[in-house]
Formats: sequence, structure tokens, C-alpha cells
Amino acid sequence: MLADVPWALEAVLKAAAVLVAFLTLPLALGQLEHKLMGHMQGRVGPMEAGPHGVLQLVADGIKFAQKEDITPAAADRPVFRLAPAVALVPYLVALAALPLGAAWVAVDVPASLLLVLAVTSVGVIGTLMAGWGSGNKYSLLGGLRAGAQLVSYELPLILAAASVAMAAGTLSLTGVVTQWSWWWLVWQAPAAVVFLAASVAELQRTPFDAPVADSEIVFGPLTEYTGLRFAFFLLAEYAGMVVMALLFTVLFLGGWRGPWADAGAGVVGVLWTLLKATGVGVLFLWLRVAWPRVREDQLQRLAWLVLLPVALLQLAVTGVGVVVWG
Amino acid sequence: MSGLDVLLLAVGLLTAGAATLSVTSRQVLHAALWLVVTLGGLAGCYLVLGAELVALVQLLVYVGAVVVLVLFALMLTRAGGVPVVTGVPQRVAAGLVGAGTTVVLGGALLSAFGWGSVAIDGGDSTQVAATIFGTDVWPFELLSVLLLMALVAAVAVARAPVGGQDDPSQRPDPPAEIEAVQGERP
Repeated sequence: MLADVPWALEAVLKAAAVLVAFLTLPLALGQLEHKLMGHMQGRVGPMEAGPHGVLQLVADGIKFAQKEDITPAAADRPVFRLAPAVALVPYLVALAALPLGAAWVAVDVPASLLLVLAVTSVGVIGTLMAGWGSGNKYSLLGGLRAGAQLVSYELPLILAAASVAMAAGTLSLTGVVTQWSWWWLVWQAPAAVVFLAASVAELQRTPFDAPVADSEIVFGPLTEYTGLRFAFFLLAEYAGMVVMALLFTVLFLGGWRGPWADAGAGVVGVLWTLLKATGVGVLFLWLRVAWPRVREDQLQRLAWLVLLPVALLQLAVTGVGVVVWG
Repeated sequence: MSGLDVLLLAVGLLTAGAATLSVTSRQVLHAALWLVVTLGGLAGCYLVLGAELVALVQLLVYVGAVVVLVLFALMLTRAGGVPVVTGVPQRVAAGLVGAGTTVVLGGALLSAFGWGSVAIDGGDSTQVAATIFGTDVWPFELLSVLLLMALVAAVAVARAPVGGQDDPSQRPDPPAEIEAVQGERP
């Protein structure tokens, strides 16, 4: 695509493109959440800022930037102030390795699946730092809950992704899409369900949002945050949703491949990826509207007694399938 | 020096600095956070040396899981904020152990490779897999069994009653009864 451009210029252009995607896609998803939740609940959502309220999140951003940046007296200052960056940056790195189309990927490394899983697992450190550094017992409790939850759900998430990697015979995300066929929708369906549940838990969204349960512990690790730092945490949550939706699309839904044999080359493929990822994102939002929050022990039980055995079973099924048909 | 040498030196210095800060830090939680930087830097060293798979697994397992467990345990015990003051004999002993390990490891590396330079040959994931599941399959499987035994033993220890005997009266109430009691409240 960019064969004639010098190496450094290409790198700069790609980095800028990833940054733009990182700043716009989460906002688009957040706006979609406002509107979708509104209509599902029989109201219209934000209407004032811009036509049909499309600029609501831009207005929110301006509001956040104007707020005073408060660090509590009891806080562990460096830890408290660094936490939003630690939560945010991993998703930026992950987005750079996610392919939107066959040639539309900023950094195409051989083990990109492992890279995305590895860097997204670092984000939890930011939540733990926020929980500890705030010097607040609600934050500490929320941080503890987040730590326990994310360690538990990391395992089914990785096992489900490993099943797809086994089926494709590669750790490269572009390679997975190349190998993908429509009947994987059935063959890898249990892994897809496990992956979806585990990624909702990793993102700490309803029904697995016990770490930020507002009726129990105020806002968990984010209780003491205001202004831009709070906005960074929100951006990290929505960027995480974008990353997880794209990863789900690439792993389980065939990425940029359309229903017809030749579709999927060039820009059309990117549109397919974005369309499928938007569908997965809507599913994330729908879960939030439709389901209540699960209790902490129910959450752990689901991870260890349901998701983990299903993921292991799926690994066995995939192994048999690869040996028999491969 | 080539670009890779400079990069390795920079990442190595970062790792060593973070490691020093992690053992000299007075707050245990800060030490754990410096440990995060150290392990991440180590992953960077592997990456510079061409061992991509090892670097990513290091990040996934150590930074993403092991240190998270360490932080979790520290927050659970409320020991993270209390300054730790160790005695001089303990510090000297720790220094001796560290220096001894350095000498042994450095000696082993020097005797194996000498002072000459060795070409980078990290090996891609296919080669690593062929080694683990081919040449080294028995040590690998034995390690898996060892880890499984440790896991089962940990579960057994965690579930055993305090007195050491499995007396039904000492077990905590099953969740069903708790729910029933909650249901009776007006």
C-alpha cells in the first residue's frame, strides 16, 4: 500500500493513523451507547449538543478538561497520578497490532495474537494502582475485586483464543483470518461464547462490573478521580471495548472476509471488519442494558466452574478436529 | 556498537535500575510496582535479542498474572503502605546471596560462551514449539505435573479447616442457607 514512502515517514503515518483511530473509535462507541441505551429504555438520549446529540461526548471532554485536577491528601501521589496512563497505553499498543483488513494493519508481527493478549493483560495494573493509590477504602475494595476478577477471567480468555490459534495453526491475526472458514462459526462457537463472557469481565462492564459497583463501593478504584485523569480511565474502558470487539471479530467472525468469495479485498474488507465489530460492540452495550450485576462469588463461580471447563473442552474438540481434518 | 547493542544496553540499564529500586524501596507496594518495570524491561531484553515468544509470554505471565497476584495479596494484608525496615545482618546476607548468584550465573555464561560475541538466534515460535514438545518434552511434562500438584495442594490447604480435622461442624455454612436466611427478612 505504501511501498514508495520512506521507512520513517511510513512509521510516523501509521502511528498517527492508530492514534486517530484510538481517539475516535471509542468516542463513536460511547455515543452509540448513549443513544442505544436511551432507545432501549424508551427515551431519546442526549439531544442538545450538535444535531441529534452527536457532539455530546466532545462536550463531555471539554467539561472534563476544565475540571480541577484533585489529588487526595491521603493518596500515594506518584502511583495515583500514573495509574490512568498505565490503564490507557496497553490498549493503544493493542490497537496498533489489530488488523482491519488484509493490508490494513499498523504493525504486522508474527505473534500478534499473543502480543494483543499480553499487552491488554497489563492494563489491570493501572486499576490496581488506582485502587491502592487513592488512599480510600472503597477504592481499595474495588481494586481488590478488579484484581481477583481479572486474574480469574484471564485464563478462559486466553484458552478460548488459543483454541482459534490451534485451529488456524498460527499466532498471527492476519493468518487466522486467512485460514478462517464459515463452519468455524459452529466449530468454535463454545470458545466464542467463553471469549465474549471473559472479555466483558476483563472490561469490568455489566453484568461483571462488581469492581465499580456504584451501590456498594461508590465507583471502586475510580472514586477519587476527577477531570482529565477520570476521562482517561473512561477512554481506557471504551478503547478496551473497541479492542475486544475487533479481536472477537478477527478471531471468531472472519475479520474482513465477506459472505461472497471475492469480497474482503481493500476498503470493502475494512468496512466488513468495522461492521462486524460494531455488531459485537452493540452486544456489549445490550448486555449492560439487559442484565443486572452479578455478585462477587457468582462471578468467580462462573469463571472457574463454567467458563474454564468449557474452554478446556473446546481445546480438546479443536485438537481432535485439527488432527482429523488437518 | 550497532543499534541493537545500544538498545540492549539501554533496556538492560532500565531493568537493572528498576530492579535496584525494587529491592531498596521502603514501601512494599512501591517495590512490587518497580518489579513490574523490572519484568517488563526483562521482556524488552528478550525482544531485543530476538526471542519474541519468550518476551510476550514473560509479559503475559509475569506482569499480567504473577505481579497482579502479588499486588492483590499486598492490598489484602494492608502491608503495602507500612515502611519496611530491615536489619543490617539481613541486608548483608541478602547482598551476599545476590552477589553469589551473580558470580555463579556469570561464571556459567562465561565458561559456556567465552568473551566472544554470539550471533542472535532467538528462534520463532515454531522452533520453540518443536523443542518443547520434541527434545524437551519429558522435563516439560514433569514440570506440568509439579505445577498441578502444587495447585491441588494449595486448594487442599485453603479448604482445610483451622483445627486440621475435617469436622463437618467446623465447615463454613453452605451458601444455600445464607440465601434462605436473607430471603426470610421482611
